[in-house]
Amino acid sequence: MALNADSSGRFGQFGGRYIPETLMNAVIELDEAYTHFKNDGSFRQELKTLFNEYAGRPSRLYYAEKMTKDLGGAKIYFKREDLNFTGAHKINNVLGQALLAKKMGKTRLIAETGAGQHGVATATAAAYFGMECVVFMGKVDTERQALNVYKMKLLGADVVPVTSGTATLKDAVSEAFREWTNRIADTHYCLGSVMGPHPFPTIVRDFQSVISLEAREQILEAEGRLPDAVLACVGGGSNAIGSFYNFIDDEDVQLIGCEAAGRGIDTFETAATVSTGRLGVFHGMKSLFCQDRFGQIAPVYSISAGLDYPGIGPEHAYLNSIGRAKYVPVTDEEAVQAFEYTSRTEGIIPAIESSHAIAHAVRLAPQMDKDRILIVTISGRGDKDCAAVARYRGADIPLT
Amino acid sequence: MSRISEAFAHGKAFIPFITAGYPDLETTRSVVKAAQENGADLIEIGIPFSDPTAEGAVIQNANAAALEGGVTTDQVLDFVKGLRDNDGITVPMVFMTYANVIYSYHEGGDGPIDGASGEDRGRYGFCRRCAEAGIDGLILPDVPFEEKEEFRQACRAAGIDLISLIAPTSEERIDMIASDADGFIYVVSSLGVTGVRTKITTDIGAITDRIRSVTDVPCAVGFGISAPEQAAAMAALSDGAIVGSAIIKIIGKYGKNAAPEVGKYIRSMKDAVRNIS
Repeated sequence: MALNADSSGRFGQFGGRYIPETLMNAVIELDEAYTHFKNDGSFRQELKTLFNEYAGRPSRLYYAEKMTKDLGGAKIYFKREDLNFTGAHKINNVLGQALLAKKMGKTRLIAETGAGQHGVATATAAAYFGMECVVFMGKVDTERQALNVYKMKLLGADVVPVTSGTATLKDAVSEAFREWTNRIADTHYCLGSVMGPHPFPTIVRDFQSVISLEAREQILEAEGRLPDAVLACVGGGSNAIGSFYNFIDDEDVQLIGCEAAGRGIDTFETAATVSTGRLGVFHGMKSLFCQDRFGQIAPVYSISAGLDYPGIGPEHAYLNSIGRAKYVPVTDEEAVQAFEYTSRTEGIIPAIESSHAIAHAVRLAPQMDKDRILIVTISGRGDKDCAAVARYRGADIPLT
Repeated sequence: MSRISEAFAHGKAFIPFITAGYPDLETTRSVVKAAQENGADLIEIGIPFSDPTAEGAVIQNANAAALEGGVTTDQVLDFVKGLRDNDGITVPMVFMTYANVIYSYHEGGDGPIDGASGEDRGRYGFCRRCAEAGIDGLILPDVPFEEKEEFRQACRAAGIDLISLIAPTSEERIDMIASDADGFIYVVSSLGVTGVRTKITTDIGAITDRIRSVTDVPCAVGFGISAPEQAAAMAALSDGAIVGSAIIKIIGKYGKNAAPEVGKYIRSMKDAVRNIS
């Protein structure tokens, strides 16, 4: 059932390449280069070495024993992507794309970022490979995540605050695409999620699929069996598809994506695309988008800058359409509670993004027997979110 | 064959772009009338989109302002029909907008339009309403050759043209795109997004020569053109010049009183290209 995009870059009806003609040869060139290098032994070896020696892979599969006992149901394991170098799963994709860009002779990386994790990862890879780096970040997000802005600059990147539209992640993506049409020859657009035109959804998925490759082996070793469900948060969907991918053919493993409902899916302040969006064409892909009846993209909202995106990757839209994965909304309040609960019970401060997945595990686990197993991907660490959560709780601490 | 070919029957064509509803539809109406009176051969009407990824700051801001003013796709369609029925606008007109405005037109909206069935929503419904309003074609900058078929089918069913774009980076794709083009070909002069440029460095002549070796469909050059000399230089290498951001800037400056200023500008541009051979 695990599917590769067809020659037109589609998963079922989702995907494609809806981009200006100016960029077509660039994505065709990228597709050809990726098709070549993904099967190239030395490329794979180089990437594996980077993953292990530089990023600190494999990441741990950690048994959250305190939380499991406290909830009194299914056993909960955390896939600890928060322990990766730079503090999130984003580094997996970035090392892959930066290495590919280097092989293609590109000398400059551009990227969008929401929470700043992908921007920091891209700036890190650019520093490592000696490449120029420009990161586009919504102005609102530069304020929410000022520490990450500082980190990117420290790593030698230029950070461009984006003021158009809602000044958040979608506008940063638009601006990165605009910059790519402006300067193609030496520049690779290091897209941060499983979205955009083909081949990005495939490339990003493949580089992130190391999460489920490891998790599958690790759970078999720890428990001698596969999990009953895998949970991950979904914005564009890169940590989720990485967490799902090597379980897609295991039909008894439920795959659950946790979307940011913001203040609730019955409000306008939400970013839950599967729950509230519909089919459309935007940012290079046909997929599900939050939009009004005239196809204007909706201004979405979540406490999480990383999930604050009005679309979802085409492979997720496909998995949803065939019922292989399901997508559930989680509100700000539920995510913040999970953030606090995980900190207290396990001593682990998860990213507010990942807290959406934990929140759903907190709902599910007590309803399940003790011999059931859940794997929850902790996509990133929560240090960056402490100030925002404190603000949400009414405190104002000068953390950033 | 749509009426677009008429646009290229009066010497080299001058094609202005105007964002509908910026700053309001009444101003757009007066600007369109001034454009026709002053020699515009074809008028591109922009339907505002929330996230116009191919536009520079000037047209982005015009889109945002029009949407903030409450303009909707249905209002723009009614507005164009009014131009044809009541305002004596006879020059060819095309819409420039983004794929989702058409693809998602009313789908899942508040119920059928005009009591029409579901088939009249989305791209088929949109194109039918375009034809009824007197629109001759569509320009969709985020729909490249590989994705155009589902949009072209809807255009053809309604008898309007889907305009193809060719870019400085198209290279070996030119033959494929040009030989399958309808209406006219939009040659993108430069890398990047729309906006005024002091200099165009692309070898436009090489691109238009290549286009002419495979098709008789006329081609016009846009992106970055603002001065009459630039328009003349581009018209010398093609069948016409397209100007957007420079006009939107005039509208931004003069607001509701922009029509006479835009008219003067268009006259100077048409005069610059008309007799270029």
